[in-house]
Amino acid sequence: MTNNIADIDNCKTMLVIGSNTTEQHPVIGTRIRRAVRKGAKLIVADPRGIDLANIATLHIRQRPGTDIALLNGLAHIILKEGLEDKEFIANRTEGFDEWRKTVEQYTPARVSEITGISVDDLFTAARLYGGNKPSTIFYAMGITQHTVGHNNVLAIANLAMLTGNLGKPGAGVDPLRGQNNVQGACDVGGLPNFYTGYQRVADDAARAKFEKAWDVKLPPTPGLTVGEMLQAAHDRKVKAMWIIGENVAMSDPDSRHVVESLNTLDFLVVTELFMTETAQLADVVLPAASFAEKDGTFTNTERRVQRVRKAVNPPGEARADWQILCDVANHVSRITNHGAAEWSYNSPSEIMDEIASLTPSYAGISFARIETKGLQWPVPTQDHPGTPILHTEKFSRGKGLFSAVEHQEPAETPDQTYPFTLTTGRILQHYHTGAMTRRVPGLETLAPEERVEVNPDDAARLGLNDGDWVRVTSRRGAVESRAWVTDRVGHGLVFMTFHYAEALTNALTNTAVDPIAKIPELKVCAVKVERASR
Amino acid sequence: MPISMTINGKAIQAKEGMSVLDACWANGVSIPTLCHHPDLTPMGACRLCVVEVEKMRGLVASCTLPVSEGMVVHTETPKVVEERKFVLEMLLSDHPNDCMTCEADGNCELQNAVYQYQVPWKPHKGKTHSYPVDGDPNPFVFTDFNKCILCTRCVRACAEIQGRNVWGVANRGFRDKIVAGADVTMLEAGCESCGACAAYCPTGALTDKSSRGSGRAYQMKKVTTTCVYCGVGCQFDLNVKGGKVVKISSNAKAAVNGMALCVKGRYGYNFIHHKDRLTKPLIKKDGAFVESTWDEALTLVAQKFAEAKGDSFAVLASAKATNEENYLIQKFARAVMGTNSVDHCARL
Repeated sequence: MTNNIADIDNCKTMLVIGSNTTEQHPVIGTRIRRAVRKGAKLIVADPRGIDLANIATLHIRQRPGTDIALLNGLAHIILKEGLEDKEFIANRTEGFDEWRKTVEQYTPARVSEITGISVDDLFTAARLYGGNKPSTIFYAMGITQHTVGHNNVLAIANLAMLTGNLGKPGAGVDPLRGQNNVQGACDVGGLPNFYTGYQRVADDAARAKFEKAWDVKLPPTPGLTVGEMLQAAHDRKVKAMWIIGENVAMSDPDSRHVVESLNTLDFLVVTELFMTETAQLADVVLPAASFAEKDGTFTNTERRVQRVRKAVNPPGEARADWQILCDVANHVSRITNHGAAEWSYNSPSEIMDEIASLTPSYAGISFARIETKGLQWPVPTQDHPGTPILHTEKFSRGKGLFSAVEHQEPAETPDQTYPFTLTTGRILQHYHTGAMTRRVPGLETLAPEERVEVNPDDAARLGLNDGDWVRVTSRRGAVESRAWVTDRVGHGLVFMTFHYAEALTNALTNTAVDPIAKIPELKVCAVKVERASR
Repeated sequence: MPISMTINGKAIQAKEGMSVLDACWANGVSIPTLCHHPDLTPMGACRLCVVEVEKMRGLVASCTLPVSEGMVVHTETPKVVEERKFVLEMLLSDHPNDCMTCEADGNCELQNAVYQYQVPWKPHKGKTHSYPVDGDPNPFVFTDFNKCILCTRCVRACAEIQGRNVWGVANRGFRDKIVAGADVTMLEAGCESCGACAAYCPTGALTDKSSRGSGRAYQMKKVTTTCVYCGVGCQFDLNVKGGKVVKISSNAKAAVNGMALCVKGRYGYNFIHHKDRLTKPLIKKDGAFVESTWDEALTLVAQKFAEAKGDSFAVLASAKATNEENYLIQKFARAVMGTNSVDHCARL
């Protein structure tokens, strides 16, 4: 998020696009509801009638995969109506005139045709976002999990720059990160192309810095992303893998392919709390400590680095990941004799000190400083108070660049054989592949099984009643579960979660990825829906 | 403009718009409250916070009285004490005398006030309420409205914190009661099971169901930590007793969320001590997992990893692991295994 969570109180208009906030980020969802209670305007752009749509000033249902057309269309109207922030554009941005030529092609009539949203609603949305400022945009995987995910985000940034909604209270571009520490895992280099703090592995100076700090020669070429690793395993280029706390056999697209890939490996190690679907495929499973059994830090979606504290001992011989990492690293080093010194960290606090020493945005962070309250990066020095709002004076690259992006259809669109669009996500009561939440009896009481959301008109045509068993089939697999007949989904759209192993939704999803972000198009694939014979 | 006033003979400065209660609290003068909570809109319902203000008639609820210039306040006069005792006597006349087994014992604001003013519980001859105990099927919130004092903190917490409006007050007079929706179940009224109502309840009327009987507030060690589910970064207190996490409670000082939590954050902790937890390293032999020692597992893992050194190896880090662990994972891939093939579920 460019802005902090508490800053929601300062928003006058909120555009929520591709985020089912009250279910996926419930406490941010409550902040949005509180802001609406106090008079803020809320635009929900979502193909589904999510909970927030009930209190929205305007709910627009774009056809899945048409966000660029929608966002360009809003920019088009904002320009037509003279609602753009001319001063911000002149002082803080570049590439405006070039970009303008593209959005001029996105007339309300054309955008309405592509997205399925009425021209009137497009005007209402544009006037609210561009006219009732400050405005902020919340988005999540509904924007990014597309083959145009990267361009979707650019289109959002364009809209925010056009209206000067960046670098000030109540404004912002606010991606909501899905997992407790997905922000932190990225920040500290859990990515194939970056060291900590987004320092590029391909950059000679950055690499030299880490080679010196770690006293070892480092590989200069970026590595593989998750999807590429699995494909490389399938192709026998990757022979051994270590999966730490992820259940890819359920969470990644095209589960059959994932399982085949992992089974092709010569050697798979999984570190886990439970015998997950992925752990079952391993050659060695190492028992890990849970968050309540170790010290450390998580970084949240507003870039706040906060303490995690050990409250109880791990069960049996389970150990914290950082301890397992040290042991494995030292064992391997002894065999390969690569010459680096033994890892001898005594505590997570020492590891954070090393992160801070190598990472400009974390330089001022230490366990002592975040003992009572977390700090929001960038924290460049020991006495820096942290940064609640980004880009107040300038952007990371200097001027904000308008990037022209064009609408492009999803990789798989409905056809005669697969006439429905499947979109996937999570629900309030469960989390990801359910390894934790499905072991909580009360959560199972609330949400015991998968329910495919089917529009009432579609259900009538298919002869389906609420609660009937349905079979959902894609080019990659088939899944059976009960139907929830509801107008939460529009015509031709079905929604499923990926929480339930017994209804393995990712057996259906598409592995097509965004060419830059390499993110799979989990939000759109084509399926067939029929009554199941049970 | 600061406002000058006098509290119990001491001259103090207060901010304009502040209540007398806040001015007292800010100056270290304690006043008991029940319906008041700093996060919620003041109500003036319970009358426990009454004070005497010179030149004002009768006693005034300090929570809804704004400060004014030259105000002279007395917070603990015999008249005030008598009134507070009366309020508490009235509440006790329709309140079960079962602190011994009450879930809220030790964490009950009514109990604290009754103790402070030494108001004895007496059997009541008149009409009392009788509501079903655990009368709502919500799996996480335990209701016992026999203990309700109609402070409406649950109503305000649901509306103002959670933004959900599940709770309301029905009827009038003695028949007043807290209801979910139009007197339906909590879930039917749109409850998201966040537990805010229980967290804000000053008595044992609304409590956490999954931790009932697992320990008194004063028996718990509280450890402040950050939630393991989504990316909001809510903080809360793990309540530990006998080496086990038996409950999660709100920590009002949490930077991001204050007292607010969602159903997973507040109640999704039973996996920690679940019987399915892995407790020993496992090595697959002839298709079946066999328990091993750490030494044996580490030796095997290191040997196989060493054989795959370079780009034949790949590692998945974890958005569930800490920053420190993820840092070591990528360092392991790059510095020890000689590959940049490290990624995690950022795209999923």
